[in-house]
Amino acid sequence: MSNLVEIRDLYFAYGPRPILKNLSMDFPRGKLIAVMGGSGSGKTTVLRLIGGQIRPQKGQVSVAGEVVHQLDTDGLYRLRRKMGMLFQFGALFTDLSVFDNVAFPLREHTDLPEELIRDLVLMKLNTVGLRNAAKLKPGEISGGMARRVAVARATALDPELIMYDEPFAGLDPISMGVTANLIRNLNDALGSTSILVSHDVQECFAIADYVYFLSAGAIVAEGTPAEMRVSEDPYVKQFVNAAPDGPVPFHYPGKSLADDLGLGVHK
Amino acid sequence: MSTTRTHSARSLIANFLATIGLNIREGIASLGFATRSFFNLLGVTFGAMKRPSLISEQIHFIGNYSLVIIAVSGLFVGMVLGLQGYYTLNQYGAEQKLGQVVALALTRELGPVVTALLFAGRAGTSLTAQIGLMKAGEQLSAMEMMAINPIQRVLAPRFWAGVIAMPVLALVFSAVGVLGGYLVGVQLIGVDEGAFWSQMQAGVDVRDDVLNGVIKSIIFGIGVTFTALFQGYMAQPTPEDVSRATTRTVVISSLLIWGLDFMMTALMFNK
Repeated sequence: MSNLVEIRDLYFAYGPRPILKNLSMDFPRGKLIAVMGGSGSGKTTVLRLIGGQIRPQKGQVSVAGEVVHQLDTDGLYRLRRKMGMLFQFGALFTDLSVFDNVAFPLREHTDLPEELIRDLVLMKLNTVGLRNAAKLKPGEISGGMARRVAVARATALDPELIMYDEPFAGLDPISMGVTANLIRNLNDALGSTSILVSHDVQECFAIADYVYFLSAGAIVAEGTPAEMRVSEDPYVKQFVNAAPDGPVPFHYPGKSLADDLGLGVHK
Repeated sequence: MSTTRTHSARSLIANFLATIGLNIREGIASLGFATRSFFNLLGVTFGAMKRPSLISEQIHFIGNYSLVIIAVSGLFVGMVLGLQGYYTLNQYGAEQKLGQVVALALTRELGPVVTALLFAGRAGTSLTAQIGLMKAGEQLSAMEMMAINPIQRVLAPRFWAGVIAMPVLALVFSAVGVLGGYLVGVQLIGVDEGAFWSQMQAGVDVRDDVLNGVIKSIIFGIGVTFTALFQGYMAQPTPEDVSRATTRTVVISSLLIWGLDFMMTALMFNK
């Protein structure tokens, strides 16, 4: 099978509010796919559905040939061992050192001797440039460094699938570039499949093989970064050029200002 | 006009009844959910017990850090019991019974109850805040995505640590309390030392008094630790709700302790 992850006719709603509507996506093995879109477009929900943290109301997500929402708890945990996930702000365990954070999945899932775990952790930390920060606590490192530690932890077990949820949020330009390179290099070095959820256009276009644009829970455009750069799609144009108004309106939908001010002017 | 008033009065009553009904239904649903969560927690006990180091780590965190406040409180409660007991017993010329009174009050009631209340305030709030903040920082979600069950890895060791630590702390409270009673009654007021200890030895039964006190504190340990963990786990990942959950831990635990204490006292000491 060429696709590691397949999403078919997916519908998901929180109560009566639909988040994803008839979504179909493919994530081929070995590729780095970016899922882009504004805040509230449903990007993170896609990741949560792939990870089995929530269940769809209709349609299905399959990972490595297994339909995620049909798995029992043991099956889901078995599948998750093939996944690594980077949360938006790292989600490091604040009571553990940088070293112990990276060692955590190794200690939980393997019976490796402590000497070998030490070497593996130091190699992982070396990959993200933080070998010398191994003894520090998460509170003693910057946001960008925390993100890199989280990358090292997410890749500790060399997963087949790595998911990144807004890895560039709140980072300075240097940290952003470092993180972007790291994501691309790790994908190639581990031969894994990466799903990058972000709204940072330049970084995503620089490293992704393919891009999906989501808006209001549906795909509005897709293609390679080069195709997206020259796309005439109004949503893509607005997003790529960071235009304040366009298909995504500046104002939250509802009554007009005239109505609210009681001026008797109707829309 | 009067018809409109009757209608609005009727709808007011209907709304009032609907609100009561909704609250009762929500209360029952919450209770059911809490019970199911409790059994979920018990269900992962076997897995948690495979790693006793995690439990001992938490016993240190929960128990050791509560030790000072519990020992100091026990000393003062014992000293006050010594004073008050002496004033009352002295009126009947029975001050030699002071040792028995202090020991019975501590082992049967004050030891388990006050320890549980202090435990809820010291360790319970800390557990709720810790779990709530782990949830807010997506640490529990991260664990789930690493194929690690946070209930087994994080909650269960803390739960069993609380259940184990509570009776030990209650015994420390009672022992230090007896010492406080001795210091005030014998050393300060001058009650006969031999009578103090011999009356205590004769009047306190290990099975009926001490063991029942230990059973009480184990039940309190289950109630308080589960309440603290449940509130933290169910808190919305916002600073406001984590702080509200911490408050709820103290309020619910305190009410639970008093309610359970009344029921257990009625069952245990009904001679």
